[in-house]
Amino acid sequence: MKSLEELMAIRDKMQDKVAVRHASDDIRVVVGMATCGIAAGARPVLNAFVEGVANEGLAERVTVTQTGCIGICQYEPIVEVYEKDKEKVTYVKMTAEKAKEVIERHLKGGKPITEYTIGKVIS
Amino acid sequence: MEEFSLYVLDITMNSVRAGADKIEIKLEEQGDTLTFTVTDNGCGMSPETVKKLSDPFFTTRKTRSVGLGVPFLKMLAEQTEGSLTIESKEEATHPDDHGTKLTAVFGYHHIDFIPLGNMIDTVMTLIQGYPDIDFTYDHITPRGTVHLSCEELRAVLGEDISLASYEVLEWIRGYLTEGYEEIDQK
Ligand SMILES: Nc1ncnc2c1ncn2[C@@H]1O[C@H](COP(=O)(O)OP(=O)(O)OP(=O)(O)O)[C@@H](O)[C@H]1O
Ligand SMILES: [Mg+2]
Repeated sequence: MKSLEELMAIRDKMQDKVAVRHASDDIRVVVGMATCGIAAGARPVLNAFVEGVANEGLAERVTVTQTGCIGICQYEPIVEVYEKDKEKVTYVKMTAEKAKEVIERHLKGGKPITEYTIGKVIS
Repeated sequence: MEEFSLYVLDITMNSVRAGADKIEIKLEEQGDTLTFTVTDNGCGMSPETVKKLSDPFFTTRKTRSVGLGVPFLKMLAEQTEGSLTIESKEEATHPDDHGTKLTAVFGYHHIDFIPLGNMIDTVMTLIQGYPDIDFTYDHITPRGTVHLSCEELRAVLGEDISLASYEVLEWIRGYLTEGYEEIDQK
């Protein structure tokens, strides 16, 4: 059974890192988690971002957060990416697969994937 | 929605949005019924609001004019010969003990009930998004109980380490997975 001792070990290991942790949140990934988002598949999208950001070593730069209804329910799951000094990028009709691509090409590579953004999907 | 765990996530989000910092989620399997309760200490609702809640055209959200969460849940409950009840005390009239308790009963083996789905993902999603809320999760079955309390975890971790840090989330996933494996083997 996963024990509290294991959790204590995690605590001890992390305590040294805590100070550096909040150094810079350069990029914020926001996933819409209202009924419309959840029904359209937002939970696996969120999980893909949480996992991907941790596994790709992006945790120092990227935070993943949740919000309610973004207001364009027919395009859920919706993910917004905020980056300092840059225009917000809004991804629509997301999937866990697309999330992995966004991590690779946008969060790591610095280039938004326009095919998945709202401007592209609507027009 | 085709997974019950998504309803649990969605309904619990109402408690989050009501500003609660203590939220208890309970699933109890007993004979042919599954009882789902969410109890929060959020802002609560007036009796008129509670009455209107089963109407899909009622919402206090600003982004669209219909609320879907509670009507969806009510539909699923009634479709499986169960029921939905909401008790609430509004902050304005009950400044010291406000909050909401939602109870939904389902015919667990009814043909129109849906798969439980991934409860672990639902719990993890809530903690990831709202690591400062004291969630308690209990899934009670005749074969055993899966229990998680954020307050208990926080007592171990201390103030500085967020429950949303990935290492902690992974521990929680492992803990819940083992808990479910244990009751599934029986
Ligand atoms: N636990 C709660 N505490 C306080 N108010 C609540 C609670 N649950 C629901 N409400 C109120 O009832 C309204 C309707 O809830 P419902 O879940 O049906 O729709 P919604 O949350 O507004 O939108 P949606 O769920 O479709 O994203 C909410 O806007 C809120 O005002
Ligand atoms: Mg809702």
